Amino acid sequence: MRSDVNKINEQTPYQDLTEGLQMFASATSVEFNTGEWRTDTPVYLKDKCKQCLLCVPTCPDSSIPVVNKKRLDFDYDHCKGCGICAKNCPFGAIVMREGR
Amino acid sequence: MARKDRMSGNEATAYAIRQVNPDVMPAFPITPSTEIPQMVSNYIANGQMDTEFIPVESEHSSMSATIGAQAAGARSLTATSSAGLALMWEELLLAASNRMPCVLTLVNRTLSGPININCDHTDGMGARDTGWIQIYAENNQEAYDNFIMAYPIAENKEVRLPVMVCQDGFITSHAVENIELLEDEQVKNFVGEYEPEEYLLNPGKPIAVGPYAISNYVMEARKAQEMALEKSKEVILQVAADFEKMAGRHYGLFEEYRCEDADYIMMIMGSAAGTAKEAVDALREQGKKVGILKLRVFRPFPAKEIAMALKNCKAAAIMDRCESYNTNGGPLASEVNAALFRNKVMIETVNYVYGLGGRDFTVNHVFDVFNELEQLIENGIEPEQYQYIGLRK
Repeated sequence: MRSDVNKINEQTPYQDLTEGLQMFASATSVEFNTGEWRTDTPVYLKDKCKQCLLCVPTCPDSSIPVVNKKRLDFDYDHCKGCGICAKNCPFGAIVMREGR
Repeated sequence: MARKDRMSGNEATAYAIRQVNPDVMPAFPITPSTEIPQMVSNYIANGQMDTEFIPVESEHSSMSATIGAQAAGARSLTATSSAGLALMWEELLLAASNRMPCVLTLVNRTLSGPININCDHTDGMGARDTGWIQIYAENNQEAYDNFIMAYPIAENKEVRLPVMVCQDGFITSHAVENIELLEDEQVKNFVGEYEPEEYLLNPGKPIAVGPYAISNYVMEARKAQEMALEKSKEVILQVAADFEKMAGRHYGLFEEYRCEDADYIMMIMGSAAGTAKEAVDALREQGKKVGILKLRVFRPFPAKEIAMALKNCKAAAIMDRCESYNTNGGPLASEVNAALFRNKVMIETVNYVYGLGGRDFTVNHVFDVFNELEQLIENGIEPEQYQYIGLRK
């Protein structure tokens, strides 16, 4: 019954769905753009950022990418705009903007 | 070789659990099912089985842990009654929709209020639309046999649904009766090892269980689940046929007792069927053509099969051990009447509610019911539809 999750879509007839809609793949949540839910948006002010990385572990949606020990701009496909990172930043390098 | 013994329904169920030796049993005590986890704990403590027993803090947790263990790849079960089953309500639907072939031994007890610890089918009927297969036992022997058949049904690749094995609280669970037990080896071979294809603790083969489904998937998911339940009917009969080969005891979706030429049939579930059979034997002695249709499998509901079994009688009494508060009849009568109508079987039916909260149901009550059916057909005396047996008024 293991099946390719990419072959299942919103046109799939019921007979071809997996049992209990089980997903035979991992890390599929990447494809779910929770960023669409955002009503407020964090803005990254690169000049003020000291790269302390305190914001990174506070993000509930892993939407602050880190490369070579440095954070990059937000992953807006998945950031829900909760604002926890902005609250935690000691340097005012993240500000919240109304709207998406 | 089969061994004769004497046991209560709870003892028989615990004995069957020991023989099957499932992997995980989370449970929380509630009357009258408490003895089942208690006796299983004894077996484990004595080294007679190696099931992982998890004492949890509620039935919400016991069902959750059963589902979790099953999803992880373990053969799992729990036991409960009454309010315990009610507390599991959310998880019951999850077990079925996530296609978890776990087993629940339900010792039927009423639900509050008024608060009462005795038998009726309110708990089981409350869970009738949760997607579980429900099998009801008449006595300790059937409770034992039904448990042994439960995993082969649940784990069948065409089914993969949870099974509720039901017996009447106290009347069956605590009364000691004769029983024929199978040898451990026979049970072990019959049930076999649980080898799931897909499970959570399977390195290199990732799987997600119970994902969120947007609106575009929900109806298709429900239909697929309903089809599996429909399919289980055939599997239940196949497993029963295999069981008969091993144990020599025959089981179907229901039992027809002296129904072959019956003008009047009483349809009933659980322990009261024994009382009804006794009354039928006495009435047959007097030349009355009466019979009992004892429903064993309530879910999936064998609608067409019941309609065919009733089609040659003149009138049927549908016996509910549950009030469903729809003001139109008990759950069994509602479904049987719908089944008769849809299959164009236009016999007379009368719905009786009996035995609520452990009220006695006697041979004399059965005589009265058959007399009312006969009066209806022979003399046109309409009985009260949807009536309570033995109600003081």
